[in-house]
Amino acid sequence: MVRVMCTGRVDPAFILRAFSNGTDGVFIGGCWPGECHYPTEGNLYALSMVLLIRKLLEQIGVNPQRLRLEWVSAAEGIRFAEVMNNVVKKLQELGPIGEGEGIEQNALTFRLKAVENLLPYIKLVERERLIVRFETEEKVIEFFKSDEGDRLFRELIADPLAISQMMLLLREKPLSAGEISERLRLDASEIRRHLHRSVKQGFIKFDEGQKRFALA
Amino acid sequence: MEGEAGEFNVTLIKKPRYIEEEKCTGCGACVEYCPIKVEDEYNQNLSLNKAIHIYFSQAVPLVTYIDAKKCSFLKNEKCAICEGICKNNAIDLCQKPEKIEVEVGAIVLSPGYEIFDPKLQGNYGYGTMQNVVTSLDFERILCSTGPYEGEIRRPSDRKHPHKIAWIQCVGSRQVIPGGNSYCSAVCCAYTQKQVILTKDHDAQAECTIFHNDVRSFGKDFERFYQRAEKLPGIRFIRSYVSIGKEIPETKNVTIRYSTYEDGVKEEEFDLVVLSVGLNPPDDVKDLAKKFSIDLTPQGFCKTNPINPIETSRRGIFVSGAFQGPIDIPESIVTASGADALCSQLLAYRRGELSTEREYPQERNVSGEKPRVGVFVCHCGANIGRVVNVPSVAEYASGLKNVVYAEEALFACATDTAKKIAETIREKGLNRVVVAACTPRTHEPLFRDTLREGGINPYYFEMANIREHCSWVHAREKEMATRKAKDIVRMAVARATRLEPLKEFQLPVDKRALVVGGGVAGMTSALSLADQGFEVYLVERDSELGGVARKIHFTLEGLDVQEYLNDLVGKVYRHPLLHVITDVTITTVSGYVGNFATTLKAGWMAREIRHGIAIIATGAEEYKPAEYLYGKEDRVLTQVELGERIARGEEGLINSQCLVMIQCVGCRNEERNYCSRVCCGHSVKNALKLKEINPRMDIYILYRDMRTYGLAEDSYREAANRDVKFIRYEPENKPQVEAVEEGGHRILRVTVADPVLGQKLEIDADLLALAAAVVPLATNAEISRFFKVALNPDGFFQEAHVKLRPVDFAAEGVFLCGMAHYPKHLSETISQAYGAAGRAATILSKDSITASGAVCEVKESDCVSCGVCLSVCACGAIEFRDTPQGKKAWVNSVLCEGDGLCTAKCPTGAIQLKHFTDEELVAQIDAAVGET
Repeated sequence: MVRVMCTGRVDPAFILRAFSNGTDGVFIGGCWPGECHYPTEGNLYALSMVLLIRKLLEQIGVNPQRLRLEWVSAAEGIRFAEVMNNVVKKLQELGPIGEGEGIEQNALTFRLKAVENLLPYIKLVERERLIVRFETEEKVIEFFKSDEGDRLFRELIADPLAISQMMLLLREKPLSAGEISERLRLDASEIRRHLHRSVKQGFIKFDEGQKRFALA
Repeated sequence: MEGEAGEFNVTLIKKPRYIEEEKCTGCGACVEYCPIKVEDEYNQNLSLNKAIHIYFSQAVPLVTYIDAKKCSFLKNEKCAICEGICKNNAIDLCQKPEKIEVEVGAIVLSPGYEIFDPKLQGNYGYGTMQNVVTSLDFERILCSTGPYEGEIRRPSDRKHPHKIAWIQCVGSRQVIPGGNSYCSAVCCAYTQKQVILTKDHDAQAECTIFHNDVRSFGKDFERFYQRAEKLPGIRFIRSYVSIGKEIPETKNVTIRYSTYEDGVKEEEFDLVVLSVGLNPPDDVKDLAKKFSIDLTPQGFCKTNPINPIETSRRGIFVSGAFQGPIDIPESIVTASGADALCSQLLAYRRGELSTEREYPQERNVSGEKPRVGVFVCHCGANIGRVVNVPSVAEYASGLKNVVYAEEALFACATDTAKKIAETIREKGLNRVVVAACTPRTHEPLFRDTLREGGINPYYFEMANIREHCSWVHAREKEMATRKAKDIVRMAVARATRLEPLKEFQLPVDKRALVVGGGVAGMTSALSLADQGFEVYLVERDSELGGVARKIHFTLEGLDVQEYLNDLVGKVYRHPLLHVITDVTITTVSGYVGNFATTLKAGWMAREIRHGIAIIATGAEEYKPAEYLYGKEDRVLTQVELGERIARGEEGLINSQCLVMIQCVGCRNEERNYCSRVCCGHSVKNALKLKEINPRMDIYILYRDMRTYGLAEDSYREAANRDVKFIRYEPENKPQVEAVEEGGHRILRVTVADPVLGQKLEIDADLLALAAAVVPLATNAEISRFFKVALNPDGFFQEAHVKLRPVDFAAEGVFLCGMAHYPKHLSETISQAYGAAGRAATILSKDSITASGAVCEVKESDCVSCGVCLSVCACGAIEFRDTPQGKKAWVNSVLCEGDGLCTAKCPTGAIQLKHFTDEELVAQIDAAVGET
């Protein structure tokens, strides 16, 4: 149990840190929308952060249900107990992180690292493009369900995430497009698109001799 | 009580609690072992408690007491189990009543109210039918600390009631023996709240409310009413009712009622809730005698007509429902108002009795390696009987950086706290972890212990092994002990990273700015000046007085102009009060304690520095577009009618027929609120006209008569004097046309009368419209200047509707009068004193202490992206020019310490102190094992 003054203080890095440490689930309990004790309404920001991180977890093959946010006011002891029991039950069903998803420990660490590396970038694009100031809980949820939300996520986050993972892989050794696609469990045409872009931007070069891509 | 204002001697008899308050830690072990079960008075006798118990879970002080009438020992000297159980020897079964004498300068009476007892009128079935409960019973049933742990069950069979009826006005608005003639003012709103909560519990519940008028006259109450009304399965039925019978098999209760459409009906309900009204306190006559104060005929406190917080005796004030039936925000307002009035009386000796506490010099530990001390608390048996405390202490002593660990029976007991302070000094501790209960109640105490021990109070961390562990894992002792060790390990990890923080002092400019020179502004300004503070009162117009200039008398009979002239005189004569008229505000900068406001009068500009501001800008009367207003000179507003009455205009006095239409310009789509004052105003004008010309026919066309509180008596008086009240529906508004008949110009008003079921035509000489009270257009500007919010209707939005009714979320800015919401003169005066009382809490200090747990920017890491600025709703962050370009900068005074900016910063440049990334990550890492 880690105490913060507002759910808005929960940095996505804390969540990834916990998962990297082998924690099977992360639960965030916050004040109900409209009942924020601060003028910032950090709880709505926390909600959009959680929805975003859940999408990212999904992207790297980690069950997003391992991250949960619930509104539980200080006066709702009984509800809190019910929610926590439910969280534990769910996590028991899911099994240990990685194992439950059928991801090897190394691969899991690798993918979580890729997301972690991307966080400063995410925070910047979030500011620029992704998050407008939502007034209500419904509007936050609606945005993340919408086509527009999907498109922005794909363009602004999913692609850079794939590239971030690709770069981490290539740091180990040069690889072919096929090998990359296999290791990242991503569609070959997607990988070719990312490789093309990265070569053009000068991050990656194609080593003719080895027939492999390598860091530039 | 003896003496007089400024020098009262009061003798108090303190009843024995049979507990030594200083020793009791509220652990509750005695309650558990007490063999005597008693009905739980706090839960309306719907559940059981013990003879020794804590009155309720938020009681202050949070310690037990023994019910002497039930305790087996106190009755016949058998038992005394509690004495053996209490490990802190807090039980004292020989305690005697204690006589305490106090010398005080002023007295505030706030004895509250009693609820009406429906047993007095046998016809409600209360006490004979199990499933008839009062609204207070139901309030407890709804509550998670209530008799059924927050589940809605009914008393007879503990089943979930599905069909519930509320009967309004039980004991109120009744001129029959045992009833109260007045309206209790709070029941309509609390019933709607109960309905909404019931639907939250059970979406399928069917709720029926039998009422006589829905009186949603409070701020935002109209919308609240609509919210309740729109829920599925909710019926608001306007009807007098009677309880029919109890069905023997099901214990269901029937209610007989009648509607215009269907006539008389009898319907069965699973549960009936009686919305009981408010009575004066039971022992009110005795109280009045002791304090030599007068009471009203209804038994409430008689107050000064121009100051509802003053009793008939100087130096004795009243707050809360002893004034008459009022709700929570108004009670709080009067409490702050009583504070202001006491201060006015006693300002000359403010602070004489206060002493400053001395702490030892704080040791600088910055160069030292962390030396953590861990104290593991048994909390009597609360923690100790589940968690193996010695083993947790032993485990803690083996953790990295821990140099000392020990157990404590009660870490919070005064002597233990002293011992911890000594240990800090002896062992040279520079971090302290107490593994005990919750920081919510005990962190301040232990921080103080650290200061006593000579180290910075922010070097303290609490590990909650009670609420988070022993209380929820009572049956898993071994696992609970393991978890307690985890919690302690995490706390130690965090503690080693903690930094010393400085709470800083900001000087306070002891001058006040009051914006608006109406009754609200003048009253606040005068109260602050009487408390010894210099006040600037600024007014846009050339004359003080505001809307009250147009009001000549009140329902209670006050001569408003005489009162106003006297008030204006006092304002101008006060040496500490500077009146500035014909000015507008052009800029406001600064923050609590240090504001700077620029005023402009013509071409002249001047700056005023002040520590607080009170917004009292008022409101105005709506200029109707309805009912031929502005087209026919015989169509007036109620305020205009009042002025004509005051002038004694002959044409008016000799009129044969006057029609009044209520709710003009509000309670509609455009203005979705009730203007609160209009029903009272109309009744007031009608009564005055009847007094002058008893033969005049007066009709009041209304939607709900909202003559709340004691004004109900005037409504009844008007009806008795043959003022005719006709209700109309909003979808079927009255029609007005100007016609000529026999050379006479008349106004023909057509209205559908639901009682008669037909249209009525009334030929009136005059038509008076109860026009809405509307917010000023200039409110938007003021709201920007002072960074305070407006509600959707354009009135100023207080910090908390119930608990902080005259504060703004922005610190140091306060609110009163009609700028907040429409209100009667006496309510405005109350609120003005309330705002003055709140403002004085800041002005009376030389400095303000700000928390050390605020945000700070590491400039070298700041990339000037501005995300922190955009998410900070406190307005605490701004860009400042530095040699390296623009960098974010935090104004610690405005920072509220929520830390959203820290989570949003892409580089970690901005950190919330006491909750830094490093501290929290250390705790997260320690969750899985020692690092």
